[in-house]
Amino acid sequence: MTKKAIAIVAAALVAVALAGCGERPQVVNYKQGRYQGKPDQKAYDTAPWNGNQRDWELALANRNQSQNEYKRIR
Amino acid sequence: MARMKFLCDAERCIECNGCVTACKQEHEIPWGVNRRRVVTINDGVPGERSISVACMHCSDAPCAAVCPVDCFYRTDDGVVLHDKDLCIGCGYCFYACPFGAPQFPQAGAFGVRGKMDKCTFCAGGPEANNSEAEFRKYGRNRLAEGKLPVCAEMCSTKALIGGDGDVLAEIYRQRVTTRGKGAEVWGWATAYGKPGASGAPGAPGMPAPAAPPAPPVGGAKS
Repeated sequence: MTKKAIAIVAAALVAVALAGCGERPQVVNYKQGRYQGKPDQKAYDTAPWNGNQRDWELALANRNQSQNEYKRIR
Repeated sequence: MARMKFLCDAERCIECNGCVTACKQEHEIPWGVNRRRVVTINDGVPGERSISVACMHCSDAPCAAVCPVDCFYRTDDGVVLHDKDLCIGCGYCFYACPFGAPQFPQAGAFGVRGKMDKCTFCAGGPEANNSEAEFRKYGRNRLAEGKLPVCAEMCSTKALIGGDGDVLAEIYRQRVTTRGKGAEVWGWATAYGKPGASGAPGAPGMPAPAAPPAPPVGGAKS
């Protein structure tokens, strides 16, 4: 009985001690001066542009001119 | 690619706060957070001027310089954005920003501060374009739809314009030369003058552009 109890305690101790090996680092190491967040998509990566940067830039350039009433109204 | 900028013409702004309202409505911004504000100088006296202010998407953004967790980044289009998953809501960016752009929603009772929120130039954030997560955290991504910021596009007097900085400068230059006032301000020729045009550096009556500094002699290292 005593041997059994010792074995159980020893097994529990081993399990507790080994649990530390699975510990993941909890602290984020920041590299000073560099963006640390998630990467972002380009504005033209998704539909309807599907990676066509030129079409997207053209659409924005046209849109930009709609703010110029000297061109928009004439 | 373009360098996205805002430009507010104080001669045109009528303090209608339409830009503020449009921004709040477009991005479903919570109570207490104003990504854009209209500031009035000399309120109620002759010469009163108003100007619409939000994040100016600085080329060398001080908010990014002081952020302890480096959650700011600049897109290829010159838009300053940040990752809300990384932001700790410390408020350093608010103290660093000369325009008061960073806003902090009240996250709970007793004035607990939430993660920073600011103008995104309607460009969303580091989530999939036009996804639900992007809208919830950063608002609508109009740039990915081929549109410009809603505050500028809906401005009734076109006091606030937004988009490619070169195009905005040209629109403003044309506007001022048409109305015949404003070109006398200091620095006009440097900012908006075109080579050969009246008012440009080197044109009749205007100082010649400064000559570039002479190269160092002897290959001295700086």
